[in-house]
Amino acid sequence: MMTRMVAAETLEAAALEVASAVPDPELPVVTLGDLGIVRGVSVAGDGVVEVQLTPTFVGCPATEVIAADVRAAVEARLARDGAAGVEVRTRMVMAPAWSTDWISEDGRRKLAEHGIAPPAGGGRAADAGPVFVQISPSPSPHPPTQKSSCCPHCGSAETRELSAFGSTPCQSLRACRACGEPFGAMKSL
Amino acid sequence: MSTSSLVDNSLVAQYALQLGDDALILSQRLSEWCAHSPELEEDVALANLALDLLGQARTLLTYAGTLEGRGRSEDDLAFLRTEREFRNVLLVEQPNGDFAVTIARQLYFATYQYELYTALRESTDAEFAGLAAKAVKEVAYHRDHAVQWTLRLGDGTEESHRRMQEGLDLLWPYTAELFAADSVALALAETGVAVDPRTLRPAWEASIAAVIEAATLTMPGGSWQPRGGRAGEHTEGFGLLVGEMQALHRQFPGAAW
Repeated sequence: MMTRMVAAETLEAAALEVASAVPDPELPVVTLGDLGIVRGVSVAGDGVVEVQLTPTFVGCPATEVIAADVRAAVEARLARDGAAGVEVRTRMVMAPAWSTDWISEDGRRKLAEHGIAPPAGGGRAADAGPVFVQISPSPSPHPPTQKSSCCPHCGSAETRELSAFGSTPCQSLRACRACGEPFGAMKSL
Repeated sequence: MSTSSLVDNSLVAQYALQLGDDALILSQRLSEWCAHSPELEEDVALANLALDLLGQARTLLTYAGTLEGRGRSEDDLAFLRTEREFRNVLLVEQPNGDFAVTIARQLYFATYQYELYTALRESTDAEFAGLAAKAVKEVAYHRDHAVQWTLRLGDGTEESHRRMQEGLDLLWPYTAELFAADSVALALAETGVAVDPRTLRPAWEASIAAVIEAATLTMPGGSWQPRGGRAGEHTEGFGLLVGEMQALHRQFPGAAW
């Protein structure tokens, strides 16, 4: 019994390590661990190693690829560790809801280096989401709907939002007023 | 899983189907804008809105299929039901019209969905509560998108003002159904699983009125109140929408990609 428990812990630790290191299929500069998508690993009652994942956005099309990548990576690692044949499955958990708070410091740095502005203001939950409409008689043509992110190219804080929606569900589209370059920015959620 | 064994699973399945169909059908309508939007950023925006809604629909239809216990998957429910078996409100199936009509539909529905999911976070059903807490953060962006456009079009040129007002007037009658005393929702609201739709109306109306006023537009007034979507009685254009949505799956059963 004791050996089985130790074995389970070893399996969990190995699975968590390898699942966290899987690159995100759409933003391969960051890992699933960096993004906070891997929520935990446990050996279920039926002996299956279960990796709990959470989507950044409910409809994110990368979700299925992520699950498949995680399963393949964990199976390969367990086979190497002499636990070949142990079944691996992933489970999507919706609660607690993913937040940009869960992106690690390392992840934020890697995103910025890749030209994607990390979520503004450290993404504290209270600050997340769009800033609700400024009810004024003459709204500017493109009012900012999110607190500004710094330009990942030149570092200027003078940026403006082109659209709250970008190339992936989790990004908005912004442009820098200083260097003129457009860039993707992680939405605060 | 439903948290209370006292709750009738078939009722919960029907509620999941109602909310799931609302999201699915609006997603399908918004997808029709792909490559037709007035500007590239808007093409991307509308496709993103559709994608978020599709994600909600998949979760809700999967849950409905599980509770129903007849082995139907999300795909079975989306692609193999007939027109009369869909339970979405009439508002979401209304044709896109011009861009202002689409924005009017978004303003009405996203504001409603924001209020609904805010309340549904407190559901005694863990599945609904979890989805609502997640989706409300996405829908906040949907509402913001519609509000910004309503302001721009309403307070824009004479032509954009006229079209935005026409869009709001055209779709206003269909908003009554969002808050109708539906028997499934009311029965489940008693046990805290669902939200009584009637309770959402005051906050919705206050929010809509503030935006319309700021956009120099006029609040649409009393009129006929078409209903029937929750009972499977849909409007004329719905058959074409369902036909297009299901064509591939019906011609190539089980197709996956």
